[in-house]
Amino acid sequence: MRVALFVTCVNDLLYPDTGRAVVTLLERLGVEVDFPAAQTCCGQPQFNTGYRHETEPLVRRYADAFDGYDYVVTPSGSCAAMVRDNYPRIAERAAAEGRDDGLAAAAAAAVPKTYELTEFLVDVLEVTDVGAYFPHTVTYHPSCHGLRMLGLGERPRKLLQAVKGLELRELDGAEECCGFGGTFAVKNPDVSLAMGHDKVRHALDTGATILCGADNSCLVHLDGILRRNHAPLHTLHLAEILASTEQHPYQPTTTGATR
Amino acid sequence: MSGTYLGLPSFPDAAHTSTHDTQLRANLTHATHTIRTKRATAINELPDWPQLRTAGAAIKDHTLHHLDHYLLQLETAVTNAGGTVHWATDADEANRITTHIIHTTGETEVVKVKSMATQETGLNEALHTAGIHAYETDLAELIVQLAHDKPSHILVPAIHKNRTEIRDIFHNEMAHWGRPAPDHLTDNPTDLAEAARLHLREKFLRTKIGISGANFMIAETGTLVVVESEGNGRMCLTLPDTLISIVGIEKIIPTFQDLEVFLQTLPRSSTAERMNPYTTMWTGTTTHDGPKNFHLILLDNGRTDTLADTTGRQALRCIRCSACLNVCPVYERAGGHAYGSPYPGPIGAILTPQLRGTTTPLDASLPYASTLCGACYDVCPVAINIPEILVHLRERVVQGGPVTVRGTRTTIKPAKGHAAERAAMRAGRWTLDHPTAWSATQRMAGATRRLHPRRLPLPGPAKAWSDARDLPEVPAQGFRAWWQQREKDTQRGKGEQK
Amino acid sequence: MTEDNSSRTEILRRIRAALTDVPDAPDERPILRDYAVVHAERTPEQSTDLLAEHLSDYRAHVHRCTAADLPRTIAELLTAHGSRSAVVPPALPNGWLRDAADIEITVGGDDLGTHELDRIDSVVTGCALAIAETGTIVLDASPDQGRRRITLVPDHHVCVVRVPEQVVDSVPQALPRLDPVRPLTWISGPSATSDIELDRVEGVHGPRTLDVVLVSGAEPPVSGSAPDSVPDSVPGSV
Repeated sequence: MRVALFVTCVNDLLYPDTGRAVVTLLERLGVEVDFPAAQTCCGQPQFNTGYRHETEPLVRRYADAFDGYDYVVTPSGSCAAMVRDNYPRIAERAAAEGRDDGLAAAAAAAVPKTYELTEFLVDVLEVTDVGAYFPHTVTYHPSCHGLRMLGLGERPRKLLQAVKGLELRELDGAEECCGFGGTFAVKNPDVSLAMGHDKVRHALDTGATILCGADNSCLVHLDGILRRNHAPLHTLHLAEILASTEQHPYQPTTTGATR
Repeated sequence: MSGTYLGLPSFPDAAHTSTHDTQLRANLTHATHTIRTKRATAINELPDWPQLRTAGAAIKDHTLHHLDHYLLQLETAVTNAGGTVHWATDADEANRITTHIIHTTGETEVVKVKSMATQETGLNEALHTAGIHAYETDLAELIVQLAHDKPSHILVPAIHKNRTEIRDIFHNEMAHWGRPAPDHLTDNPTDLAEAARLHLREKFLRTKIGISGANFMIAETGTLVVVESEGNGRMCLTLPDTLISIVGIEKIIPTFQDLEVFLQTLPRSSTAERMNPYTTMWTGTTTHDGPKNFHLILLDNGRTDTLADTTGRQALRCIRCSACLNVCPVYERAGGHAYGSPYPGPIGAILTPQLRGTTTPLDASLPYASTLCGACYDVCPVAINIPEILVHLRERVVQGGPVTVRGTRTTIKPAKGHAAERAAMRAGRWTLDHPTAWSATQRMAGATRRLHPRRLPLPGPAKAWSDARDLPEVPAQGFRAWWQQREKDTQRGKGEQK
Repeated sequence: MTEDNSSRTEILRRIRAALTDVPDAPDERPILRDYAVVHAERTPEQSTDLLAEHLSDYRAHVHRCTAADLPRTIAELLTAHGSRSAVVPPALPNGWLRDAADIEITVGGDDLGTHELDRIDSVVTGCALAIAETGTIVLDASPDQGRRRITLVPDHHVCVVRVPEQVVDSVPQALPRLDPVRPLTWISGPSATSDIELDRVEGVHGPRTLDVVLVSGAEPPVSGSAPDSVPDSVPGSV
């Protein structure tokens, strides 16, 4: 099978370690991964802010970039949800406005092969124990789009529970949004922060040292709050935990974004 | 909608104040979390909940698709049963018709069942101007009225007040409206309910006119349905000589059988009960039982404009259960008043900008009052895809486009204040559609990373971000550059092996 | 009012203009009703037990007796509540109040005003049916239940349900047995409110005490008697 990594624009620019971890993890599991350089962004920031027309070229770009691959794997629930939930909608709306411009075909090609990382591991590779080792206490924040739009359910937690040395602490109010919400964070900063502070407080209450998520966009918000308050808790993408082994334990790189 | 809400601040401005009100935040968190847990329990009792939800949505969609047919059927049935049907295109007209009916009777007092439609039309203010006293009889509406406040929740309009605040309001205000609160009133909810019972009973027994909305109107029989808890609804619907019901045209359902869906989903979604304490159903007038005169005012007030939008019309399925408010993390922090209309929370954020339009700064800000987390869609008993409509309305705000205003199709311009954002979005999209430019942007960001501050003093989005959050540090090498390097190394490795 | 007529025309016009995307055909796909008619298979006894349990959940007081014991049970409930007066519908079955000799009985007819009603302690009625899954009793203003106001203004309601024949399991089973043209009152526990901090407390405007008597072996009320309250007119087609 031909598998491509859709790293997402946020990870490409700010969290390359997450992308590297996905590559490491999948290769360890025997999957050959490619990174088509024509990929950029799924168009979610534009679409969710109301600029639907601006997303149309990105829908076509996504379909073209991943043409010929059987699976597109992405370490972001919200980007996967953007493709699966909104690409067909964007194509439909454009057709209703009398301009399809290949969007229907692009959406039809993109939707069935796009998988969020934990879905790909559990559903396609049928693995929950990925042979990882991570001797830390961890609490997990399930991001909304993965939780509700994709229905990831227990997949991320099953993967975490199988990690050797990892102690998973339950997060109070886990299913509640962290308050990031893309441009919401700057358009409604007070509410966004109020939500973020509550999420961070619950995370700190667990006593864990790592706040893990499957979406770095939520983590950039939570991490920003934690660091501003010099809190003894670090955010980390799930992929980086799963990539960590006894031979090659997790090490924050100096070239990556400071967590 | 009513003038009561004119000139209110935009959602972010209102939320700036309310999120810092610790008492309000505590009241809202306590109340919404209490009901959330109970609701989940009530719904788990019904394994066929998904089927009920789908059927509810289908019944509402079918009705909306044939709304003219069902309204005419309803009109005939109500008229044959002894009622009088009126049609009101907007709030002012509904208020004029109501005032006229009351003036004809010579009465100057009315008792009211809690009704969203009359909140929307600002009926109480209109009646006041016409010299008519309107007494709210729902406990929470009474609290809000006595406090000269506005409702902040669809089901529990005084959710922003806790028991101590309510005690103080009763103690200070009841005497101005009728029977005073008992001496030494405690803040025990049972005592507060007793005080309301005594205060309102004299009004129920003497008032000749009742005003209500309705949860459902059944087209085939002309039956109206009011779902309630306290019995104030039964009082207003049963004891007066004249009953005036002001009901949005979307509240119609085709058949009596259709109630079997909504009477299962509504109570469990709203108060988390298997069934609410009281449901009253009446058809026109009945000799020797209940009001002798019944007037039904069918209210448009932006509903037909909403119906004209193929994406937004699903908002008209709403049965006002308020489950979306109770799960909404934004509502919980901002409070209901920030939404600047009788419809707060997620449903308000999609309903108000459709009923009123997006021309004011407040109404244009409402579609953005959400993180799109989707909790509202999950709990909605008629499966309104609220996030989908929010994004759709955001598009209307920033790009403009076709809308229907008072029955006329027109094209609106983008709302003010989005030019810079639009330019940034375009530039961003251009970069993202040109991978070479995108790589260059990354290299530039990496090269200048030591110069990036953790907080920004300049106004704008970056400041809004960094006022309380550190900005992320940009890595020296983005993923794309690392991958290219790795590819190169691999090729070289292969070359050396040869 | 003339504005009504023009507004009626205008609203109908707006609706039709709004629905140009919807095919004219009167019936689309019929509504798929694949939800449950009942949520469990139950014997009549189990349904009655469930009714009792769910009524109690919402703080109704549930009592069980045989037809022979009913007059004594009703009298005891009135006494226990401290009632000295009670209002009854015009056709309460004979003998139900046989043992309530010291209670002043008023028949709730046309001439009974609201203030007079407000001075009466209790009301005793039958019902149209009861729904087990939701813990609901339904009144339809039949002669053994009377007009709506008599079960509303007094603070104490004694409602008699003939079991198992008046018990249905579910809401979908209840509706076909009811006539929507009659005034219907569905009652699930006594008056309550959740308006203070979203916590349920019992007792606001309706009767604060609801005694439900589940009576077995009772005869149905004599049929054929004129209803106390009749709809003014029945819609042509239902």
